[in-house]
This record gives sequence, structure tokens and C-alpha cells, in this order.
Amino acid sequence: MSKPLKQIHLAAHFPGVNNTTVWSDPRSGSHIEFSAFAHLAQTAERAKFDFLFLAEGLRLREQNGQIYDLDVVGRPDTFTVLAALAAVTDRLGLAGTINSTFNEPYEVARQFASLDHLSGGRAAWNVVTSWDAFTGENFRRGGFLPQDARYGRARTFLQSTWELFDSWRGDEIIADKRTGEFLADGSAGRFAHRDAHFDISGSFNVPRSPQGRPVIFQAGDSDEGREFAASSADAIFSRHSTLDAGQAFYADVKGRLARHGRTRDQLLILPAATFVLGDTDDEARELGREVRLQQVSGQTAIKFLEQLWNRDLSGYDPDGPLPGIDPDPGENTIARGRASVRMYRDPLATAALWRAKAESEKLSIRELIVEVTGRQSFVGAPATVAETINSYVQADASDGFILVPHITPGGLDEFADTVVPLLQERGVFRTEYEGSTLREHLGIAPLQPGVSVPRAAAAPTVRAAS
Amino acid sequence: MSRPSSLHLAVALDGSGWHPAAWREPQARPRELFTARYWADLISEAERGLLDFVTIEDALGLQPAGYSEPAGPTNQVRGRLDAVLIAARVAPLTRNIGLVPTVVVTHTEPFHISKAIATLDYVSTGRAGLRVQVTARQHEAAHFGRRTFPRFSVEDQANPAIQQLISELFDEAADYVEVVRRLWDSWEDDAEIRDVATGRFVDREKLHYIDFAGDYFSVRGPSITPRPPQGQPIVTALAHQSVPYRLVGRSADVGYVTPRDAGHARAIVAEIRGEQQAGGRAADTVHIFGDLVVFLDEDAGAAADRKARLDGLAGSVYTSDASVFTGTPSQLADLVQDWQASGLSGFRLRPGAISHDLLAITRGLVPQLQRRGAFRTAYEADTLRGLLGLARPASRYAIATS
Repeated sequence: MSKPLKQIHLAAHFPGVNNTTVWSDPRSGSHIEFSAFAHLAQTAERAKFDFLFLAEGLRLREQNGQIYDLDVVGRPDTFTVLAALAAVTDRLGLAGTINSTFNEPYEVARQFASLDHLSGGRAAWNVVTSWDAFTGENFRRGGFLPQDARYGRARTFLQSTWELFDSWRGDEIIADKRTGEFLADGSAGRFAHRDAHFDISGSFNVPRSPQGRPVIFQAGDSDEGREFAASSADAIFSRHSTLDAGQAFYADVKGRLARHGRTRDQLLILPAATFVLGDTDDEARELGREVRLQQVSGQTAIKFLEQLWNRDLSGYDPDGPLPGIDPDPGENTIARGRASVRMYRDPLATAALWRAKAESEKLSIRELIVEVTGRQSFVGAPATVAETINSYVQADASDGFILVPHITPGGLDEFADTVVPLLQERGVFRTEYEGSTLREHLGIAPLQPGVSVPRAAAAPTVRAAS
Repeated sequence: MSRPSSLHLAVALDGSGWHPAAWREPQARPRELFTARYWADLISEAERGLLDFVTIEDALGLQPAGYSEPAGPTNQVRGRLDAVLIAARVAPLTRNIGLVPTVVVTHTEPFHISKAIATLDYVSTGRAGLRVQVTARQHEAAHFGRRTFPRFSVEDQANPAIQQLISELFDEAADYVEVVRRLWDSWEDDAEIRDVATGRFVDREKLHYIDFAGDYFSVRGPSITPRPPQGQPIVTALAHQSVPYRLVGRSADVGYVTPRDAGHARAIVAEIRGEQQAGGRAADTVHIFGDLVVFLDEDAGAAADRKARLDGLAGSVYTSDASVFTGTPSQLADLVQDWQASGLSGFRLRPGAISHDLLAITRGLVPQLQRRGAFRTAYEADTLRGLLGLARPASRYAIATS
């Protein structure tokens, strides 16, 4: 073994508004009160995690024409929570999903630059786009572009924010009280960006922030998305948390970097991962099974089935067999505000697979949904989970993981107390922060003053909000 | 809790202070304007002075805030951080003081701002407000590229076309406030039920579509953020003439006005009360605060000299939309009480130079008013509504369905 041990990167994902989050557990606290966010952030910082991640939602989800009420509903504003968390943490990176469809570059750029200033260089942005007029009903602009045009807008949105971040080099403010010169350069902040989607110009009003721009996350899985990430992103938030799929994704994306003049350590691959811990592996497996049943109630199982079938299936018994009728192959209209429905690209084929599995394994609807959705990534005693995480990273299935606890806000406590020390003992996870910025935690080189726009002209792409 | 103070005091924070040369004062910290520590220090000092709230200035363009494109002077503070995020960053470090960031409504989304201020209310446990501001500045519109405004200067404001534009911008602001407020109410307080027996996290009957449709935008709702701790955070606006007085009277909880003297203050208060009445809000409390730029020293001559020295550094005599006061804390206390008798219930003081005048307010003016029995000696409430003597309102939708 000549290969040196890789250092693992870990992040905490605040539990989301989906059925992964178990709200019925007596330990489940508020997902809105600031104390819950502070608890998770401080746990993550105590464990020397790289960053905390907040997702975003811009319209309450609906199914069968009604607000979906079985999962956690509602969340606070991403930027506002991240700025407040900067007050109760010192080193932890602060990452947020911010939509490019229902915002304008000037405002988002100044929010991220402000967050980076107010956190001393800890801001990160996961760029997403929304397609639907459903979400657009909450905004001035509504849902006014066809789907492919929204991708184009997202690309140039990101490009224009980078031009805004670069409009200050970082050395303009001299504030010389004696001579009265505040700025060394009166043209600081000047920008002009014109393309098919934006015609904006003027002066950006936030001086260059500690990191130059926020760390950029990319979450797309398409060829286009991988290519953009390889050219320009700092980290990929991937879905591939199994060993085989992770290795294939990792090899593909890292293999693209050289073509963009980048080294393999300039782009981190960080899959989202769930976990269940127990004193023994057997106990963890049992707990994991219980958690899955909490996550998939009979009602939830029917709702999941409806999302694939695109039909009202409320008359079916979740403890009975799958419906005999086929999915409605038309446009999915049963569930709105939910990106996952688009994952079922071929509903008829998926339904056939599910039916075959249910029949051969004699599974009810609920048992099937437990099996085919959202299984935990890591289940075991702390030593097992530590070993698995480390082996995945050393085997190049990822550079680390974004951990999604299923309990708010204490769901990371046990991991911090039991798994992290084992990773530290192995010498694969930091015992103290070495730097103060998120870029430093992630081991990515600082930007040159005045340069955050990549030289490669690759078109960025972004995935849909989830 | 004792009765709310009958006099309310806020301080308006902007960079190093309102005088363009304030950053050159010996104690000024111009190199720290973009750090959290600077803002935490200022707002903590305001809290030590038991002030009701601070406002934080903001704009979607670079200073100076002229109506034409900035020519690029290099001798003034340029650049700002987002005011909502400054307020959020300081909220966990403070306990009682209200946090009222400026929000430009002309180019932003009411849905985003509603949840941002609701969230500020959560992170401050009930101390959030916002100050709504419109902008007709051509160069700020160009930063967004979605609407264009004619180029005009302050002298053109009497031009009918400009008057029409300003009137429309304030109508839009009123719609904006309406949407923000409806979204705050769109979750009834007890909408989150976590009913394990039925598997329901929320009672969807207590989540409401707001279905606002106006001339400028439409918003469906409900908010994604549950009803904030105060129910309705505080809405404030600065007003200099009849069109914005209408916004204050019909939409705001606090209006900032700029009287020249006590008689002018009385006339402004009467006009706003008329709008309040016409808008069907006669029973509501709408505070009217006088805005004053202040230069304070224990010796009145020293205050005037200091302002003159700053004017010299800036190369011009500083004037403002608000009256500029130079004098002692005791003289300012006299003026405050005199104007209070004309119907103002508070003051928003703009420190000429923050490094000097903020302390002069908290450690000079406040004790002076306390000795006169005119200002609180301890915080009597832990929410901003409480400090302002405003009850927590029920959601309009809860009332409609009960």
C-alpha cells in the first residue's frame, strides 16, 4: 500500500421536509425554532465537520390537490438561518440551497457575499433551478419559461453572479483617515452582463468577501451536470451512496477534471447518506427496520405509490397487494412541488419491477415501499459504520458524506460521540480545524484575488430543487 | 412586566454614521464595516441603552445614494452588507433589542422577504421588524434589468410624470406589505399538530392560500415558514410627503417622519392619522417617530465644532432630509419632549458619527431622559411588539374561520 490515506470530509444535512425525517418520535423537536438549528450546527462543529447544509423549498407540497400533511411541513428562510448560525459557530461551513429561477443575480450575489463576510469565509451555495409554474405562483415572475430555457437561465445566472463577486478585487478599501481616501479605486464593483436572459449593469455594492465567492456545490447527475461540476464546481452533492455506484460516479467525474486543467483534489464528491447506529450490528439492524417503518406508514406507502402510479389510490389497503391497474402514463399531476416524481422516467417499467418484486417476495404495498425507497446508507455499531465510511472513501466511492439524521435536532449527537472519534483514531478525520474558511476545510485552493470565474467556458447546469 | 415606555427610541445605523466624513473620526472603525464584530458591537451598545430597536440601512446599489449613477467618489464609505443578514447575524448575540433591517421592495420578492423576516423573528425570538423602502433610481433598476425608470434628479420630483411613478411605487409597496402580512398569517398559530394517531403533521385546514392578485404581482401562498413568534413582525417606513404618509397610515406599525419643528410635527401626525382613519385602522396603534440626525457633546459648542470639522473634511456642509441637531444630550432631551407633546411617540436618531454619537445617545441622552422619568430604566418586554405596546394579533385567517 503506497497510497496515502485520504482524509474524510463530513457534513450535516438539517433533516428535510420528507419522510426520512421521523417527526413522530418522542425525541423529535422543532424544525423551525433556531435552537434546533443551533443544536445541530454546534454538534457538527464539536465533531469538526466541514459544514452544515440547509435545503430550500418555495411552495408547500401538494398531493391529490391538497397540502401534503404526512411529513414535516414548513421551514425557515435559508440565508437568515445561516447568518444566525454564524453567530453560534466559529469554524463550521454554512451551506444553503438557493434557487436561481425565482431570484435575481444581484440580490443573491450580495446575500452570499454578505454571508461570507458575516461568517468569516464559511459560505457555500448549492445552485438549483425549479421548473414548475406551481412554485412560480408564489413569485412575481411566475412560471414563465419553458423547461430548457430555465436551464439556460440557471447557467447564465451563475455566470453573472461570479462576475459580480469578481467586480471587487479585494484590495480597494484603504480607509486612510489622514488622506480621506476610502477607496483606492473608484471603479470598484463595476459590472455589465448581457445575454439572452439578463441585461444587467452597474456597480455591485458588497466588497470582495473572505473566500472571494461562496464554495459552489453542484447536484446534477446528467452528463451536462457532471461536465459543469468538473469545470467549475468545488463539490458535488451526489446521490450515489452505495459502493459500486459511488465508485463509478467518482471515477467518471474525477476523470473529467484533467480536461479542464484541474487536479483531482479540486472537486470533492460528497454523497448524501443516512445512518442508524446501535450498540451491536444486530441491534442497529433492528433499529433500522423500526425507523423504516416509522418513515413509511401505511398512509405514506399509499402516497408513494400514487406518485409513481399518478392516480388516486386512497382506496387501496397498504397491507394488501399492489394495484392491478397500471400507472397513468400522462404528465404527472398527482404530486406537486416534489422533484422525486420526475425520477420515475418510465413509470410503467418501474411499476412492473415493483410488482415482480412484491410478488416474488410476497410483499404488501407498505413492505414494498420500505424496501424500494430510502434505505439507510450505513447501519451498524459505531465501529462498523466508521469502518464502512472509511473503506468507501479509501476505495474512491466518495471523498466523504453529507449525513442526513432522521431526528431533529439530536440525530447527529450519537454519531459525533461514537463514530467520529473512531475515524479520528484511524487518522482519517481531523481532530481540530486547521483553517478558518470552508475552502480550507475542504482543502481547495484559495481563489486568486479578482478571479472566481473559471477560464473554461463550460456551461454550468443545475438540477431541479428537491 | 411594567407598562411600555411612553417614549420610544430607535437608532438608525448606517456605515460609520450619517455624516459622509464620519469614517474619518479618530475612534471610527471603517476597515471593520464588513465584519460581524462591528455590527454586534454597535447593536449591543444600543441594547445597553435600552433602545426599542435599531434600523439598518440598505440599498440595492452603491453609495452615495443619488438619483443618477454614482460618479465614483473615493472619499466616502462605499459598499454595504445585506441588512437582513446583519440583523440575523446579531440576533443570537442580543436579548431584548428590536432588529429592523431595511428592505427594498421595488426589486425583491414579497414571498422571500416575508419568510426572511419571519425567520429573523424566530432567530431573535420575537424581535423582528422591517423597514420598507422604494427606489426609483435608474441605476439600481439596471442592476436587475427587469424594469426601467427615467433618469431624474431631486429637483424633478414635482414633475407630474415623476409624481406618478413615485405614487405607483408606493402603491406597489402597499401591495407588498399586504402580501408579506398575509403570508405571516397564512399559518394559524396551531397549524402544526404532530398528531401521531392520524399521521398528520399539520392540520391543513389551518394553512391558508393568500391568493393575492394586484396590479404588480400575484402570490398564491401559503408561506413555507410557520407564523412567526410575534404573529406580525413590525412594519416600518420613512415618509416625507403625502404619498408615503398614506403608506404609513394604511400599512405600517411605525412611520419615520422628518418635521422641521413641533408645529410641522403636529401637521404630519394629523395627516397620517387621517390616512389611518380612512384606511379603517383607527383602532390600531401606529407609532410616528421623528427622525433626527444628531451630533451630541456635553458642550453644545463642541458638538457644533465637531460637525463643522467633519463638514470641512467632507468639503461641504452636511444637510439631510431630517433636521440636523447639534447640542448637548440635555438639549436633545428638551427637544424630544417638546416634539413628543406634538403627537410623536418616538424618535429614530441617526448618529452623525457612530463612533461618538451612538455612545452619546446610550450614555448621555438615555440617562438624561431616565432622570426625567421619560424613558424606561429596564426592558419591560421581550418582544419588539411588547416594547412598542402592541398586542400579539390573531391570524386574520383564524379570525375569519372562527
